[in-house]
Amino acid sequence: MSAAIEIAGLSKQYSVGFWRKRPRIALQPLHMEVQRGEVFGYLGHNGAGKTTTLKLLMGLIFPTAGSARVLNLDIGDPAMKERIGFLPEQPYFYDYLTAPELLTYFAQLSGINAGNRERRVRTALIRVGLRGIDRLQLRKFSKGMLQRVGLAQAILHDPEVVILDEPMSGLDPIGRREVRDLIQSLKDDGKTILFSTHILSDAESLCDRVAVLQKGRLRVVGRVSELTASVQGRMEVTWRDAPAEALGGLAVENRAGGDCIRSVVLEAELDAALQALRRARGRLISVTPIRRSLEQYFLEQGDTETNLGRDNEPRLQFQTSETPPFDTERIAELAK
Amino acid sequence: MIRRVLYIAHNTFREAVRDRVLYNLVIFALLMIGAAILFGQISVGIERIVIINLGLSAMSIFGALIAMFIGIGLVSKEIEKRTLYTLLAHPVRRWEFIAGKFAGLAGTLAVNACLMGMGVYAALWYVAHRLTSGDVSLLGAMYCIVLQLVIITAVALLFSSFASPVMAAVYTFALFVIGSFDQDLHAFAGLAHGATRWLAMAAAYAVPNFASLNFISSAAHGIGAGPKLLALNSAYAAVYCVTALAGATAVFERRNLK
Ligand SMILES: Nc1ncnc2c1ncn2[C@@H]1O[C@H](COP(=O)(O)OP(=O)(O)OP(=O)(O)O)[C@@H](O)[C@H]1O
Ligand SMILES: [Mg+2]
Repeated sequence: MSAAIEIAGLSKQYSVGFWRKRPRIALQPLHMEVQRGEVFGYLGHNGAGKTTTLKLLMGLIFPTAGSARVLNLDIGDPAMKERIGFLPEQPYFYDYLTAPELLTYFAQLSGINAGNRERRVRTALIRVGLRGIDRLQLRKFSKGMLQRVGLAQAILHDPEVVILDEPMSGLDPIGRREVRDLIQSLKDDGKTILFSTHILSDAESLCDRVAVLQKGRLRVVGRVSELTASVQGRMEVTWRDAPAEALGGLAVENRAGGDCIRSVVLEAELDAALQALRRARGRLISVTPIRRSLEQYFLEQGDTETNLGRDNEPRLQFQTSETPPFDTERIAELAK
Repeated sequence: MIRRVLYIAHNTFREAVRDRVLYNLVIFALLMIGAAILFGQISVGIERIVIINLGLSAMSIFGALIAMFIGIGLVSKEIEKRTLYTLLAHPVRRWEFIAGKFAGLAGTLAVNACLMGMGVYAALWYVAHRLTSGDVSLLGAMYCIVLQLVIITAVALLFSSFASPVMAAVYTFALFVIGSFDQDLHAFAGLAHGATRWLAMAAAYAVPNFASLNFISSAAHGIGAGPKLLALNSAYAAVYCVTALAGATAVFERRNLK
């Protein structure tokens, strides 16, 4: 069986400038495959070309060169769209409609027959966690609610391939977890999911494989663990009721704030650190993994070309993920 | 295929209604009521002509304004607001989108004109206390007004498929004005010589001939357009719309959505 998405040399070049047209390359010739049933993360910084790629796949813009096939159908083929769902970046909808009206309209266009429409619309709304909004016009929706409507319309017609452009953006932490659960449940149903993000941890918790795009060029394709394996993991341990020296040489960095002390330790030495804390009768408050941002990853690869030092955006050295993946029970047990 | 066009048309109609486009009918109604009361009291004989002239002119002007303002926004607004992204992510071909948008707005205009037509008849009945057989000829004039509005819609759609909303409005309005004087352009072509003649001829035929779709004053004097003329005008409008829409589709099919 062919791959779900096959991209062969797809590239996009814009011409910008009013008088003298200069080319602006949004996407270098891209070769990539997404297998059926896979959750595939498409990573890259702002302006890397993620949205460009996804819009090319959806036929919203046309490639300068190259071609792509989805479910063995050419991307120009309208039949493809019956089997694919798409969430655009920062989606916006007909604001004079209510969410059920909008979804019903899309259901009609997707050829869902009249008998099933109502049920499909209901299910989709429940799946994205929208309730009690049946009479509210979309112009009165918040950003996160619109994002959820966008997700609902992408899964409404039960597509085999779902393409999501930054599905977590604009959502609160609970919303982000719900989206993660949604993607997981789509995967369990055997769907193929391709989604873009610039947050490594989002991809890490979900994806079978990821591709990293940088300045329009594909850098790597592989498992997240392979990507991050070369990078030493670190943990932030927060505790109280024990002196700052309790961890001794294990702490890479110590910081006190309020009653608490926060120390950064290497992931490999976490157990030792927690034991030291127990001996000192400290009270453990939290353990949070600290992850590298994509940029850190590139920097550690020692690739000069990927060095983004030229632009003067503030650079995050570390990025703390929001939810500690550690189960609290284990922490409590260790802290005893 | 046709079903998708109808769904899009229905949604366009719904948008117009929810954006309160039909509120123009309130102003129209006030105008008709005012005219009926005023002229019903003071004059004998000409109140019929006044009501018909006023009513049909208002129908034509209000309709043209709606057709232009909404017509030029139909495509550009969807691109601007990016509502088109999710629409085209569904199995909708781009030409179906254009056709649906056109049908939706044309339908809105037709409904609007129908309601206005009823208003004109009501006003006529109020001033004359009866309707004559001559009043039936009004229907033909009203039908031709709708044809004009439909052509304006198609033209506005064509311009909005490649020009910015402001420029599209300017082009459409310019074409509307020139089209209203199309007879004169034909006459000028008849008088000119050489290259000017051919240019003027080409322009006269390219521009929609609104003048020959205008039966307002003849209707006011009880002269209706014959069935043959109505059929010819319908065919003219159909050809014009199909050509304009084909142009709009050809441009839009190749367009990158920003
Ligand atoms: N219409 C356009 N005209 C010119 N250049 C464009 C256009 N659209 C996008 N680009 C350029 O293409 C590049 C890639 O943009 P794209 O939107 O794909 O980035 P992205 O990876 O989705 O970024 P983000 O994370 O900010 O969404 C950018 O450098 C951008 O300036
Ligand atoms: Mg993007």
